[in-house]
Amino acid sequence: MTEPVLKVSDLSVSFRSGGRTVHAVDDISYEVRPGEVLAVVGESGCGKSVTSMATMGLLPPTATVTGSVRLGGRELVGASEKELARVRGNDLAMIFQEPMTSLNPVLTVGRQIGEVLRRHQGLSRKQAAERAVELLDLVGIPAPRRRVGEYPHQLSGGMRQRVMIAIAVACDPSVLIADEPTTALDVTVQAGILDVLRSLRERLGTAIVLITHDLGVVADIADRVLVMYAGRVVEHGEVHELYAQPRHPYTNGLLGAVLKPGAEGKRRLPEIPGLVPSLEAQPDACTFAPRCPRATERCTAERPQLDRAACWHPHEVEAR
Amino acid sequence: MTTPTTPTTSTTALTSPTRARLARAAGGTRTRALLRDRLALTGGVIAALFVLAALLAPLISPYDPAQADFENALAQPSWSHWLGTDDLGRDQLSRVFHGLRASLQVGLLAVVLAFVVGVPLGLLAGYYGRFADSTVSRITETMLAFPFLVLAVGLAAILGPSLLNATIAIGISQVPAVIRITRAETLRLKNVDFVAAAVANGGGDGTVLFRHILPNAASALTVQATVGIPAAIIGEALLSFLGLGVQPPEPSLGVMLSSAQSFLAAAPWMAVFPGLAIVAATLAFNLLGDGLRDVLDPRGATR
Repeated sequence: MTEPVLKVSDLSVSFRSGGRTVHAVDDISYEVRPGEVLAVVGESGCGKSVTSMATMGLLPPTATVTGSVRLGGRELVGASEKELARVRGNDLAMIFQEPMTSLNPVLTVGRQIGEVLRRHQGLSRKQAAERAVELLDLVGIPAPRRRVGEYPHQLSGGMRQRVMIAIAVACDPSVLIADEPTTALDVTVQAGILDVLRSLRERLGTAIVLITHDLGVVADIADRVLVMYAGRVVEHGEVHELYAQPRHPYTNGLLGAVLKPGAEGKRRLPEIPGLVPSLEAQPDACTFAPRCPRATERCTAERPQLDRAACWHPHEVEAR
Repeated sequence: MTTPTTPTTSTTALTSPTRARLARAAGGTRTRALLRDRLALTGGVIAALFVLAALLAPLISPYDPAQADFENALAQPSWSHWLGTDDLGRDQLSRVFHGLRASLQVGLLAVVLAFVVGVPLGLLAGYYGRFADSTVSRITETMLAFPFLVLAVGLAAILGPSLLNATIAIGISQVPAVIRITRAETLRLKNVDFVAAAVANGGGDGTVLFRHILPNAASALTVQATVGIPAAIIGEALLSFLGLGVQPPEPSLGVMLSSAQSFLAAAPWMAVFPGLAIVAATLAFNLLGDGLRDVLDPRGATR
């Protein structure tokens, strides 16, 4: 197997607010190899976005980040702002959730794509403009030569997200972090964006970290999955394996809550009872225990370590 | 001005420094909106005429503005002297044209000065926050504690009477307002998604400030400039009236008003015409500014 391009180990993020400490991300490790799509799933507030922001070094100074993020051979945690700026948009790029507001309204899309190229690759204005047209073509924008001179408000949401992707892949990054890239788009546009990501992975060998809460998207595009709950990884594995045989009760609950058309007629969609725990008090216990149907005393007294699933009572492999 | 820190909506996509360029791209809707606004249009036309008169003053003045003609002192408005003459027999129309030069020169230069000083400080305070913000904001608040004209008079008195010093005094008096608006816009824009995206693509502070924040703050700053110009014109007139600006015999609307004081009953036209010129110039720029604000402010559309 090839070496991972991005290796995150024991990454923890905490925020200090008003004298209290909130642990947003607790001891997360993952790695991605070239051309691989890793999906990070979990419900709102489980630390998915904080993990990606920490990876990019984009968290505000109020955050304390510990652990290690290695990109290629470089350590990014604790790197200076200058070093980080050289990496961002160059080796490690990011796509945001909101295509409508992530582009500067007063610059043409060509200028915005060109800006990255001129910064990281030292292209001239003219070369950058040429390359911008190629990139728009690469992400599937029709009539790129005309579009390159347009302003963001002249483009639809899906088009803007394609432009964001073009900006992100302009410098041929080894890793692309996509933070809910399809959430703000409607379903047909979503499929188009996923196609673009898939073709980038195949054509450029870009490793993609896809952050989402949409399990359909995960099944569609991901190779491996990382399931997060309350700032911790509760289960990880190959996408088919994990979907077929979830070990952690939380993963099981998540998959159970997906609507399958026509599967069992009219029935109440099962939900996971309770709410995500407060991130302030992280007891030495399984954070899912209060909501878990399989919880025992041990679950509230001892923190389970991550094997495939971080659980004291995982579902048996043959359970489903 | 309190700018609510609402996140950018799609309408904000129209906020632009390069209004004309965008207007062309958007089918000229903004230019058209401005032309539809009759008050703004009137203001714009009058302001343009005044600028033209000031620029062409030496060419269109019927007489030398400094040429005394004691035979014709205090002459009433007539065909040979449209606006009459003053106590030294100088042609009032020529003096008003030349006076407008001083007014507009101070108006523009003072605003330029205020922006050159105020914009970087506002960006600094808004973007870096903390110590930079508290230092800049405390100074701004201290200056804002004095009324604009009082501050300008005080500064001009310290600097000494001359047109250049009047410009500096008025410019400095306008700095706090510019800082405030720039700071507020920077605070709003630094948390906007496309700024975060620029940082995520490796953009440094310079890129973020000058390519992403400043161009998007430009419409608010444009409006501030159109408000600043008439204020500076009044400031110049006041300082010259008090003898702190343009020195006689150089013509200035303020100087003309000042010398008219002794002849109010005998030659009211000496005060009326320069006064009217000040009022008209100020009003014109204010109307234009109001129109621009309505057109450039994305929130204006829903008002």
